[in-house]
Amino acid sequence: MQIGIPLETLKGETRVAATPKTVAQLIKLGHSVIVEAGAGAKSSYPDADFEAAGATISDRATTWAAPVVAKINPPSAKEITQLAKGTILISLLAPGRSPELIEKLNKRGVTAMAMDAVPRISRAQALDVLSSMANIAGYRAVVEAANEFGSFFTGQVTAAGKVPPAKVFVSGAGVAGLAAIGTAKSLGAIVRATDLRAEVAEQVQSMGGEFLAVQAEQQKSSDGYAKEASDAYKEAAAQLYADQCKDVDIIITTALIPGRPAPRLITAEMVATMKPGSVIVDMAASNGGNVEGSQPDKLVVTENGVKIIGYTDLAGRLPTQASQLFGTNIVNLFKLLTPNKDGEVTLDFEDVVVRGMTCTKDGEVLWPPPPVQVSAAPTAAAAVVEVEDPEAKALRLAAEAKAKSRRNMWTSILAAILVIVAVTFSPASFVGAFTVFALAVVVGFYVISGVAHSLHTPLMAQTNAISGIILVGAVLQLGSTNWAVLVMSFIAAAIASINIFGGFLVSYRMLGMFKKEA
Amino acid sequence: MLLTTENIDQLIVGAYIVAGVLFILSLAGLSKQTTARMGNIAGMIGMVLALIATISASVWDSYLASVDPDPLVQATRQSPLMTLALIVAVLLIGALIGTPIARKVEMTQMPELIAIFHSFVGMAAVLVGFNSFAVPDGAGGPVHLVEVALGVLIGAYTFTGSVIAYLKLSAKMSSAPLTLPGRNILNLFGFVLFFALMIWFTISGTGADHEPTTLGWILIIAIAAIGFLLGFHMVAAIGGGDMPVVVSMLNSYSGWAAAAAGFMLNNNLLIITGSLVGSSGAILSYIMCRAMNRSFISVILGGFGVDTGTVAASSDEHGEHREIDAAGAAEMLRNARSVIITPGYGMAVAKAQYPVAEITSKLRAQGVNVRFGVHPVAGRLPGHMNVLLAEANVPYDIVLEMDEINEDFAETDVVLVIGANDTVNPAALDDPGSPIAGMPVLEVWKAENVIVFKRSMATGYAGVQNPLFFKENTQMLFGDAKQRVEDILRSLDS
Repeated sequence: MQIGIPLETLKGETRVAATPKTVAQLIKLGHSVIVEAGAGAKSSYPDADFEAAGATISDRATTWAAPVVAKINPPSAKEITQLAKGTILISLLAPGRSPELIEKLNKRGVTAMAMDAVPRISRAQALDVLSSMANIAGYRAVVEAANEFGSFFTGQVTAAGKVPPAKVFVSGAGVAGLAAIGTAKSLGAIVRATDLRAEVAEQVQSMGGEFLAVQAEQQKSSDGYAKEASDAYKEAAAQLYADQCKDVDIIITTALIPGRPAPRLITAEMVATMKPGSVIVDMAASNGGNVEGSQPDKLVVTENGVKIIGYTDLAGRLPTQASQLFGTNIVNLFKLLTPNKDGEVTLDFEDVVVRGMTCTKDGEVLWPPPPVQVSAAPTAAAAVVEVEDPEAKALRLAAEAKAKSRRNMWTSILAAILVIVAVTFSPASFVGAFTVFALAVVVGFYVISGVAHSLHTPLMAQTNAISGIILVGAVLQLGSTNWAVLVMSFIAAAIASINIFGGFLVSYRMLGMFKKEA
Repeated sequence: MLLTTENIDQLIVGAYIVAGVLFILSLAGLSKQTTARMGNIAGMIGMVLALIATISASVWDSYLASVDPDPLVQATRQSPLMTLALIVAVLLIGALIGTPIARKVEMTQMPELIAIFHSFVGMAAVLVGFNSFAVPDGAGGPVHLVEVALGVLIGAYTFTGSVIAYLKLSAKMSSAPLTLPGRNILNLFGFVLFFALMIWFTISGTGADHEPTTLGWILIIAIAAIGFLLGFHMVAAIGGGDMPVVVSMLNSYSGWAAAAAGFMLNNNLLIITGSLVGSSGAILSYIMCRAMNRSFISVILGGFGVDTGTVAASSDEHGEHREIDAAGAAEMLRNARSVIITPGYGMAVAKAQYPVAEITSKLRAQGVNVRFGVHPVAGRLPGHMNVLLAEANVPYDIVLEMDEINEDFAETDVVLVIGANDTVNPAALDDPGSPIAGMPVLEVWKAENVIVFKRSMATGYAGVQNPLFFKENTQMLFGDAKQRVEDILRSLDS
């Protein structure tokens, strides 16, 4: 099918829904792509590159007339009128917050798919633009903060004196928060983070941050997003924020709850306790802000010299990267829509991802979709596992070990007595042989215990070879004139000598293969 | 004459002592990469020494007989020349068959080769046992007969057991466990019968002059038959995935068989060597069992995966898995700082180790820290993966054992799981109801990204569902491991 990539008309938008790389991938899936002239200009993708990748450059009307239109922002009222009936429109739609837009698209007979309504399941991560954009925004938030911050992020010892590392506090360890933690950490800062989902502590630590747990009852997420917190929790959290404000240089807040105004995490009083020159990036500014006094798309400087950044276009400030990731998300959507790679788009509503994203189809509003359980959420079955008290377990194990060592001791004593008795009543020749045997077993045990695991196969080949020593027994009988004995010893000696030659040589060959890094 | 007959006997014993010491040094040398080749050579020298001594002894015996004035004694031995010719013929056969096998065998076929070599030792032990019964060398008596019976039983058991192991490993026989009804009772019955026959054999096996009786021959052949049947039945009952244990166990038995022959012939060199090999195999079996968290007994009793009725509810649980293509995997690898590859038997089956080695050297040239994590029971032989990787020119110092690398997964960007399943199954640690619960595994899921190479979503050898496939950081790369790895290689090049 033909996919149209229009130029974004929203003021301040720098991104584009496809890049030359993703165009090539779409073509591989059997589609053809028309790109509106100049669509990629602001994100450093010139028309020529799109053409080279196989796209057709065209005017606005032709682009919008394509049977599939993929873009970043929701279409304007005027743009909607350019859509033909039956067109598939793919873009951000915020269907939860803009029912009128969905209604308009429905009236127009458009099949609308919201890139920001992807269910949060592992498989769908590949097309989740909220994640991919949040990742970029989290990175950019740190870069913006560093730009406004008057000192180093990393600690240094210079000839001009010692510089302590900056302290960064990240609130909310979602995709954006984790990206911010990683970025700040790699700039050399000391990073702390909190989130009301205690289970993300591990992820924070994996990015190099320190997780600060709110000392109150915790909540678990069943749909992958954070929910609003209880009162007791809020109190404990407020205390934590107040403490951090006094200590840190940079604060990045990322707390967003879908369909609700952003929670107020940091009050004006807390901001007033911060050091002059500190920077706050409020990534929720567009939804009311996590920080009192933040303003969307503005940099506000408070009376005590704290800079509060409320930019809402953080992802768009990295237009090249953002377009690439958005475009890849779109390609991944088309992989779902064209399973046969034949350019035929099919909407399979059995697939929860496709169903979840589709807001309108054939004159019917399909939003909101039926709920989807997140695969990552811990299931009830896993919780039934019986947990033994660790202390009781330690005691039990100790008791078991003691009983075992006592058992072993008695077994050894018994074995020793048996050996002594057996040897007492054996012929002298057996005693000599038995002495050799007992000592050889012990020597063998100690010698082999030290063998490196990687050498076990050559070891086995080598033992194959040396157990061919049974040849010795056969060779001594080879001179016999008893024909039966002669034949048997001949066969025995022959197969044993295959072992000797084969075993030593194959072991030699294997050992020759082991090479140390040059 | 300078040397008396007695001196020559002592000379041979001396040579045997030196050979025995060389064998010990040989195995000790094999414990480290740096000394391994020296160990190999020490073994060869010991063997040459032992052979020269034995050949001299055998030829000397024939010479003594030929110059003996008593024609009866003369008739017991071939002429010295004939004896030497026979020995040379035997060695030629060994060299002509053994050398090309050693040259040409594929490293993936090592398990089969080792198994068939064990069977040779087993068969030789049976034949030497028969001979020792026919022409007792030395005192004879009941102790000697017990030694013969034990040697023949162990040898016979090792022979059929190894042949079955060989057939299973080379896929000439189904690797599914053979589960006869009441198989443990059958085995027990076999052993009881053996003991009864052995006692009978000890009492009536030989006549007054230590000459074997007809009854004695019947009994010793019956004992061999019991050994053959037990070996067949016990190994047939063990499934393909337990083969590392079985092969090490048979390695051990082949050693004990040689030691038993040493007792029969009163030959200290055989006893020393047999005990070394026997304890070596026993330790390897123990290491393998510990790596699978299974008791030795449960492996030997066989039928794994058949009577384990306690399949936990959670093992039926499925989830959503994500797929990735080779190009995506290549992209991920190129951007990674640290990569760990965990190979399993599937890599050997697909012969994917060569392209894997190429990817490794390519990524390492680009500064990516690529290492391998090998589970002790990966493959069908202890240390099998190490040999396969070494053959594909992967330097051995980046191939690490499970215990060495398990800590590092958390700091790893990408883990490639190639042909491994049960050895990377988190259920072993998380799910006490799982059949593989408690088995130490490679904790790959702690890494940032895991890419699992797999033919399909089918379960592994243990028949246990692997929750790893449904983890959020896991992506599946379906298809033949070798082809997929080559696809990645191409994407890395482009």
